[in-house]
Formats: sequence, structure tokens, C-alpha cells
Amino acid sequence: MKIKFIVILMLIFAFLTALPVSAIGTDTGAGPSNYTYNYTFWGEEVAMPDPYYVSAQLTGNDFGIGNFLNPQGLYIRGNRIYVCDTDNNRIVLLEYDESADSYSLVKVVEYVVINGQPSPLNKPHDLFENRNGEIFIADTDNNRVLRLDRDWNYINSIIKPEDKSYDQSIDFLPMKLVVDHSNRVFIQARHINKGLMEYNIDGTFNGFMGASQVQVSLYDYFWKMISTAAQRSQMELFVPTEYNNVALDHEGFVYATLSTFTGNPFEADPIRRLNAVGTDILIRNGMFGLAEPAGDWFWGNLGGVSGPSRFVDVVTFENDGYICLDRNRGRLFAYDFQGNMLYVFGGRGNMEGRFQDPIAIDRMGTSLFVLDARTAVVTRFNLTQYGSYIDQAINYYYAGRYDESAAMWDEVLKLNGNYELAYIGKGRAALRNEQYRDAMKYYEAKHDRESYGKAFQLYRKEWIEANITTIVVILISLWVVTRALRILFKFRKRRKGGA
Amino acid sequence: MTFASLKQKDTYKRLGAELRYSLYCIFHPADGFWCLTRENKASVASANIMLALYAIIEVLRLTLTKFHVLREYVNVEYFNALYAIGSIILPIVLWSVANWSFTTLMNGKGRLSDVYIATVYAFTPAIICNAAGIVISQFISYDERALYQTMLVISMIWSVMLVLVAMMQIHDYTMLKAVGSSILSIFGIGFMLFIFMLFFSLISDSVMYFISLVREITFRLY
Repeated sequence: MKIKFIVILMLIFAFLTALPVSAIGTDTGAGPSNYTYNYTFWGEEVAMPDPYYVSAQLTGNDFGIGNFLNPQGLYIRGNRIYVCDTDNNRIVLLEYDESADSYSLVKVVEYVVINGQPSPLNKPHDLFENRNGEIFIADTDNNRVLRLDRDWNYINSIIKPEDKSYDQSIDFLPMKLVVDHSNRVFIQARHINKGLMEYNIDGTFNGFMGASQVQVSLYDYFWKMISTAAQRSQMELFVPTEYNNVALDHEGFVYATLSTFTGNPFEADPIRRLNAVGTDILIRNGMFGLAEPAGDWFWGNLGGVSGPSRFVDVVTFENDGYICLDRNRGRLFAYDFQGNMLYVFGGRGNMEGRFQDPIAIDRMGTSLFVLDARTAVVTRFNLTQYGSYIDQAINYYYAGRYDESAAMWDEVLKLNGNYELAYIGKGRAALRNEQYRDAMKYYEAKHDRESYGKAFQLYRKEWIEANITTIVVILISLWVVTRALRILFKFRKRRKGGA
Repeated sequence: MTFASLKQKDTYKRLGAELRYSLYCIFHPADGFWCLTRENKASVASANIMLALYAIIEVLRLTLTKFHVLREYVNVEYFNALYAIGSIILPIVLWSVANWSFTTLMNGKGRLSDVYIATVYAFTPAIICNAAGIVISQFISYDERALYQTMLVISMIWSVMLVLVAMMQIHDYTMLKAVGSSILSIFGIGFMLFIFMLFFSLISDSVMYFISLVREITFRLY
């Protein structure tokens, strides 16, 4: 009888617990629904107002030169926009007129004159203009980098090095290049995994720079050790990953991106800032062991797109912030100089502000230009009011003007109360102004433990200093009262015992 | 204990003495746990109260401790007190059942209620230190969090050692046998969880069958 009762009870219980199980599975899957988003401390995607809006879209047809065909490179200096129209074997130079807000065609370059002979370009992939106005073109399929003066006259070219460190069987295919402030040319060439190739401006080869470290796990090493030579030749090689793009920041440091990593992007460091000897000096700001910046935290599998973000280009700002371009999902990831994610926007699609195959990004002031290789369109993004508030808040912070920065964060919070970085910014300003209580409140909003602890420590010190007399008085009176009570208690007990 | 006894003053006096006995147990474990059930120093009622206290303090620990010293990352928005309570009660109940199941086969002297009472009483240090930790956390900064966390770790080690001693004394085992039976009990817990999972997944499958049957019928009718 009792057992029967228990069994029935268990069945009812099981029935009740089983019911919600059928309700699970209504989750729509990963991937944010908003155009612009960011992550909270807890890793939730939060929609936010758009920091950029599309202000112009440029195609080759707009200038009567026929559409671009698979353009691969975009470079902007001042108000000049260079488009490497790769499959049309030409460079297109456009100019932006700020007063009229219009774009005009300056010239189309299909060949350069070398020794009186025209030498046509063959699949140019990138272009760079150095501080002296000299133009460098990665003329990829001609296996050379052309150095031209500001009037497009040929000076010299950079070709395959005759150096022992360079495997002569590999074709020299320069893809991307930058020239730093001391006129060293850094070239990212296809099939080269020793890092970036460093040349002098006159074409002499200096060596390789910034090769990425090879990571071998103990497990792989063990298997490699016990396998035969024939087996080993079948295995995956432990080679350093190739960079896929380079960019120069305002201080002359080289930013490099890579996208061919396997496994965890948070360990692969897909974006790097290289100093003169090739050491990565990017400031990373990861929590939960995620070494930001590395793009999306969660990867849905929608519309044939899966896997981590794959950065193909990066653009840097004067405040050491940077925006990475993700080719996989067509998104732009903005980071500040400490590696905090500011916002993510863009996406795949046919709509304005979305891309099919984004390949290059550059900027004119605060405006972004993104080149799409498949649609052959250059999209211009301008800052919205909201975006400019964020931009200015970071600029002020970078310049050490914390109060102005906090005032800007206030403006940001009026438009978006969910913006966690704004709370950090306000907390920082409050801490400097010795408003520890406020600082604690702001830091708690972002769950910043270390900063909260710092503010708390100062608040505690201040509180104890202010209330030291009260504390001492309370402690002394407590001691006196307990003492008195004990004596009284003893006294009564003795009387009781005596009676 | 009946409901009528709830009105008598003696009941509460005895309960108070039983709860106070836990403090004796944690400092004199060998003697304390030997007399725990043999001399009726504690009852299932007092153990239940202790367990409820432990569960409540666990919930308070996760919600009231200052976030910068707490080891866990608790998002208050999604905090579920039932999970926290379950994380305390379920292991202790499962442990008691698993341990009793094995020790009855291994000449253990303890009954199920003895194992349960002794286990709960062994966690007294954890209860006290968790409660103290909530208060301490209000006054310490991020740099001093090691103090708080070390205290909790020590209390856990203390509790686990008390559990071993308790099992030894309750079942009249040697230490080696107590450790052996405890390891077996852990496997037993795993086995029980596996059976539970199997049971619930089968039940939910059969429930889903009827749900889809009803759905199909309603689709046909409309």
C-alpha cells in the first residue's frame, strides 16, 4: 500500500517536471537581431543605437569608368580615395570635396612608365602613400612593388629578395603593404609565413619581422614524437600563421590581422600591434579568459555562415582605438585603446550598410569607408550624434581630461542607458573627484571587481576617519556593559547559591 | 515528534540542546559523533533545522556577499534561489542514501537517519563560516578577498574531514574503511543520478508522445 503510494507520487512528480521539457527549444538561436550591438559583462548581446549611418555609396559607374571588378584594396590619405580595382588592372583615384559634399574622379592609372616604356599593372592589391607623398603600389601579379613619386613618376621597384632567408622557389606576390614613418616598407606577401617582409625604401631587403609564434600542445608533440617519418609527413605541419593585412597607426606602429588560425580565436590573437622588432604590444582586456579583441563571442550557424570572426582589415584612430573588419559575417568591430569592445555593426546582406564580401576598410577623419569586393561598392559611414559622443568621450579620456569625458558619457547614457563602458567612464571620473560612493555604484553596474574594490577601500578609509569617535565610543560602551552584566550575573548567582 | 509536542516548552529546550551539541561535535569529533545517535544527543528534527539553515545561508551568501569578494559570478537578474537550495540539500540527501546503501552491506552499524544526522552535523563549520563570511565581506576590499576565500576553503576541508570521522564513528569503522565506503558512496551518487536522468528522460519522452498525439488530433479536428 505504502509502496504503491510512493510510486504514484513519483510518477506525478516526474510528470510535472517533464512538462517544461517540451517547452524548451523555442530559443531562436545565436545571433543578434539588431544592426548594432555590444556585449554586457554577462556575455549577453545588447542592442544599441547606431553609432554610424551610411552617407554615401560609390561605384565605378558613378564616375563613368565602368564598375570595379573584384577590387581588393582601399587607401585614403587626406581627401583622396585610392581604389585598387584589381581585376580591371587599374588604380582609381577619387577626391572628396567637403564643401560640395561630392566625389570626383581624378585619374585612372592602368600603367606606369618605366624607362620610357609603359608597364601595365597586373592585379594590384594594395596601395600606400607615405609622408613624402610617394606612392607604393603592390602590383601583385607582376611580382613587384612600385615606388612612384607624388606625380606618379616611376622611381624604383621592390622585387623578390636574393636572400638566403627567402625560399627562392616561392613567387613574390605582394598583397598588402605599409610604409612607416622611418620609411621602412612592410609587405605582407602571399605564401610567406615568416612574418612581414621588411624592405628599405630603395628596395633592399632587411629581413622578416613579427612572425607569429607557433603553438604546439604537449599532446601534438607526443604523437609527433612516437610516429614514423612517413606518418609525420601526413600530419598537419606546425607552421606559423600568415598575416592577411597590415595597417599603420598614427604613431607608426604596424597593425596586422590574421584569419587563418584554427581553434580558439581568443588564443590566436587575430589582431596585433607590432613594434619595431615585431613584438605584439596590443593592450588586451579579456575577462573570463577571453583575450579580447577577437570579434564575436558566440558564433551562430545561420545562412551558411559559421565559425569565429575572420578579420581581414583594420583601421586605426588618433585615440589608439581601432575598427576591425570581419569578412565572415561582414561586421565591423570597434575597440578602444584598452581593448574594450565599443560596438559591433554591419552584417551580411543586400541592404544599405551590409556587405557581401567586405575586404578593406579605411577612414577619412571619423568617417569610415568600406570596400566590398563582390558588389564593388565603397560604402561611406558617418558618425551619428550618439557615435560622436562615444568618440569624444574616449578622446577626452585618452587626453586625460576625465571630467569632460564623464560629461560626454552622461550624454551617451541619455541615449543608451545600457552602455556599460559609460558607467566605467563615469566611475573613473567619480573616483578621481573623491566621490567614492558614486564610483562604487558605477563600477557595480559593470561588475568591475577590481575597480570597485579600489573605490571601496578608499570609501572605507574615509568612513572610518569620519566616524572614528563614534566607533570608539560604541566599543568602549559595549565593553563596559558586558563587564557590568557579567558582574551582576555572578552576584545574583552567588546569592542564589548562598540561599 | 508529534504536533502536540510543539506546544510544550520541553521540546524547544531539547531542540536547543541538540543544536548546541553541533558545536561540541566539530571540536570533539570522535567523541561527539560516537554519542550523537547512541545517546540521542541529536535528532532528525534538529538535523532538518540545520540543513534548512545551511540552505538559507547558502542563498544569502550568494546574494548578500559583496560581489567583488565572491568567488562565483552571480548575475542577480537570473539568480535562482531554488538551484542554490537544491545544490545544498540534494547532495546531502543523496550522500546519506548512497552511504547507507553501501554501509548496510559492509557491516555498518548506522541507520539511514544516523547517517543523515551525522552528515548534516558535520557541515556545521561550513554553516558558521559561510554566515561569518557574509558579514566579513561587507568590510573587506578586493585586495583582501584572499582572507575571505581562504576561510571558506578551510571550512570546507574541515567539514569534509568531519564527515569522514562521522562515518567512522557512526558505523564503527576503521578510518581506512570509512574512506573506502565514502569513495564507494560517491560512485553510488553518480549511479543514482544516472538512474534519475534515465527515468526522467523516459517519462518526458512518453509525455511528449501524448502531447503530440493530442496536438495531432486537434489539428485533424479543426
